[in-house]
Amino acid sequence: MRPLFGPAPLLPGFRLALGCALVYLSLLVLLPLSGLAFKASQLTVAEFWAIASGERALASYRVTFGASLLAASINTVFGLIVAWILVRYSFPGKRLIDALVDLPFALPTAVAGITLATLYAGNGWIGRYLEPLGLKIAFAPPGIVVALTFIGLPFVVRTLQPVIEDIEPEVEEAAASLGASRLQTFVRVLWPALLPALVTGFTLAFSRSIGEYGSVIFIAGNMPLISEITPLLIISKLEQYDVVGATALAVVMLIISFVMLFVVNGLQWWAATRHGARAAGGARR
Amino acid sequence: MSDAALRRANAEPRWLRHLLLAVGLGFLFIFLLLPLLAVFTEAFSAGWRAYLRALQDDEARSAVGLTLLVAVLVLPLNVCFGVAAAWAITKFDFRGKSLLITLIDLPFAVSPVVVGLVFLLIFGAQGLFGPWLAANGIKIVFALPAIVLVTMFITLPFVARELIPLMEAQGKEEEEAAVSLGAPGWQMFRRVTLPNIRWGLLYGVILANARAMGEFGAVSVVSGHIRGETNTLPLHVEILYNEYNAVGAFASASVLALLALVTLAAKAIVEWRMRRETRMLTANLAAEQN
Amino acid sequence: MSRFIRQLCAVLALGLSALPVVAEPSLLNVSYDVARDFYKDYNPLFQKHWKAVAGESVELKQSHAGSSKQVRAVADGLEADVVTMNQASDVDFLADKGLVSKDYARRFPNNASPYTSTMVFIVRKGNPRAIRDWPDLVKPGVQVILPHPKNTGNGRYTYLAAWGFALGQPAGNERTAQDFVARLLQNAPLFAAGGRDATTTFMQRKIGDVLVSFESEAELIAREFGKGEFTVVYPSLSILTEFPVAIVNPVVDRKGTRKLAQAYLEYLWSPAGQENAAQNYLRPRSPEMLKKYAEQFPPIRTFTVDEVFGGWSKAFPAHFKDGGSFDQIYQKK
Repeated sequence: MRPLFGPAPLLPGFRLALGCALVYLSLLVLLPLSGLAFKASQLTVAEFWAIASGERALASYRVTFGASLLAASINTVFGLIVAWILVRYSFPGKRLIDALVDLPFALPTAVAGITLATLYAGNGWIGRYLEPLGLKIAFAPPGIVVALTFIGLPFVVRTLQPVIEDIEPEVEEAAASLGASRLQTFVRVLWPALLPALVTGFTLAFSRSIGEYGSVIFIAGNMPLISEITPLLIISKLEQYDVVGATALAVVMLIISFVMLFVVNGLQWWAATRHGARAAGGARR
Repeated sequence: MSDAALRRANAEPRWLRHLLLAVGLGFLFIFLLLPLLAVFTEAFSAGWRAYLRALQDDEARSAVGLTLLVAVLVLPLNVCFGVAAAWAITKFDFRGKSLLITLIDLPFAVSPVVVGLVFLLIFGAQGLFGPWLAANGIKIVFALPAIVLVTMFITLPFVARELIPLMEAQGKEEEEAAVSLGAPGWQMFRRVTLPNIRWGLLYGVILANARAMGEFGAVSVVSGHIRGETNTLPLHVEILYNEYNAVGAFASASVLALLALVTLAAKAIVEWRMRRETRMLTANLAAEQN
Repeated sequence: MSRFIRQLCAVLALGLSALPVVAEPSLLNVSYDVARDFYKDYNPLFQKHWKAVAGESVELKQSHAGSSKQVRAVADGLEADVVTMNQASDVDFLADKGLVSKDYARRFPNNASPYTSTMVFIVRKGNPRAIRDWPDLVKPGVQVILPHPKNTGNGRYTYLAAWGFALGQPAGNERTAQDFVARLLQNAPLFAAGGRDATTTFMQRKIGDVLVSFESEAELIAREFGKGEFTVVYPSLSILTEFPVAIVNPVVDRKGTRKLAQAYLEYLWSPAGQENAAQNYLRPRSPEMLKKYAEQFPPIRTFTVDEVFGGWSKAFPAHFKDGGSFDQIYQKK
């Protein structure tokens, strides 16, 4: 398989690498997911639509995607700061804190949910300070955002860390010695280098949040129309042994996620190519 | 310019540095440290003895064994896939690239429960291949193979997604130089690419490992929960909790947290040895020059 | 590198050695969440009994998780010899799939349920909100904690208990029952993820005035949080919860374990099995055993799902399927 456009590549291994990747993806992702689509296809279009566009289902998409978007945004902002201080600054306990970043993955999601609910409940370590201020977190929609922020936290940090580590100090030094202020260096030199990783981190945190079930149900309150996430509706269908209905909802979520991810990834590659072309053009001049 | 002067020119103003530190550490304190403390507080709420007793339980031990086994089986495959995918995506141009990346992201967006369900739809007794598997006496669901499969699915994106932005940022000039100097493909990869991507690769493996060991939802659907046989550690945690054994549950959860810390300790050791090697190498070079 | 491979092999060998080498006949009992304590005590009793009558040792394996999830797993190929569930609707599902006999409820005494329990109220120490009966739960300002009524076994029993109570009132009918349940649900600040989660929310997070739960669970709560921390209130009328057991036919036929499985389940009705139930705070069926433990089981008027709702096969679609009475309550708003 030759690249479909552009000059013949200099580097070897394209066929082998792409072949391996495609086989692995097909066996592990495409085949199983097509099983899902197959199952959902047992429904007529009208039945599918009735399940996918019910009042509860629509409300749950809003809750799920809204909370995921918010949580991923929070993670992007704070993840950048955390990754930056973990790579660039030194402070006591840095190694330990670096190690802690993966905690959200290591804790079973149910434990995370139970623990967060306990922390943010009215008598919890955090909730007791927030509740008097009128901020109800646990068992309300904000609780979902908290759980999803926790779940997605490692993504942005861990995606940015190697990229920041990889930025050679000489580049910034050069900028500084040419008289650029720190802000200018950041905007002109660092930001373009960080942006792809930031977008990647955001995308990963976001997509991870959409499907999350285990931690959310313990803190959400699970009230219909208010704090009910789509995965809960899927479970609800499974509890009625309605596998087909469950797969229908799963397919809807999958399609929405796929489109959103595809747009983000497409935009990113478009930006990268444009940026790359500009950089290449600059180098030629 | 001296090193120190360079660093000064190259750093944020002091106030900003302090602000960033405060914000970043505050965020981590609220979102990571407090939950971790809460887990350990619960685990030790009945004292050291109860904690240790909970961990000496046979079922807990077999759950730890199974969890480690699954991670060991899944990670190498994941690394191979991740490197291959990242190589193809970042070093070559081809149509359908964003589609490929999106497909790699997709496993994240699939709810873990649905992941389990999907594998049941294919390999379960009522599934697509179920009758054939049963006729041939092959056991996939409610046994180790299914646990491994769903874990592979769940962790699929990690290494690839960690490497893609990194290799993208690095470009392909170095590799191209190596190849034009006549280095065979494999050698170029080992000598040029691998050293460049080692941190990203390591982070990816660490993440995938933590997630592989911690996964609950998907594994829970396909494991069958057979005590001492197909119970992974996260499942064990949930079961103990539901049985009003909070100490046991949080003790097992703390083991999972500690396992993640062990991988991070491994990272620190690798980092340290690598630095020592580089130092020795530079020292040798200097000695040769003298 | 070779050392790494050796270590890898060692880990693999370790993992494989954890898989059992089957020499003696074995049974897999697939069961619901909180039954573990019961079977942890029951299994050794049966092993001793079987050794005595058949001269054979037997390996007993347990699997516990949410009830409906477990039967789905059995339908998908989890090789259970016997299922021991907390709701007839779950065993009905296996009967529909042809995995257990259609008349499973008549294969063993007492509706194939070796023990029962009922839904009771757990209130804060000293009962400060003076909660005595179901109508106190729908009073404005009272917060009721219960697990998700649509997705969990406990939640469904709570829902049906309240419904049955309202239906049994003078001039009670389906309309008044639905209104009553709707008012009860309005008093729920949240729907917990499961029975255990509801308990944590009530006991540890101190949310709510009353927790509705299984009588047997009150004892587990006492074990973890202390007996003095709460008071158990028995309502005037509640639901009798049954825990049906059944043999999974294709599995025992293939494995040749039918006799063993039959004996395993029958022994639940033996004096030893019944006493074990009582010791785990589950109401034994045997009148003698019930009398012996009368102190821990105060008399309470109960109704069964069969009596009031015509069985789970009717109750489930009417209330908990999509578009059932639970969904209607949330559509009206």
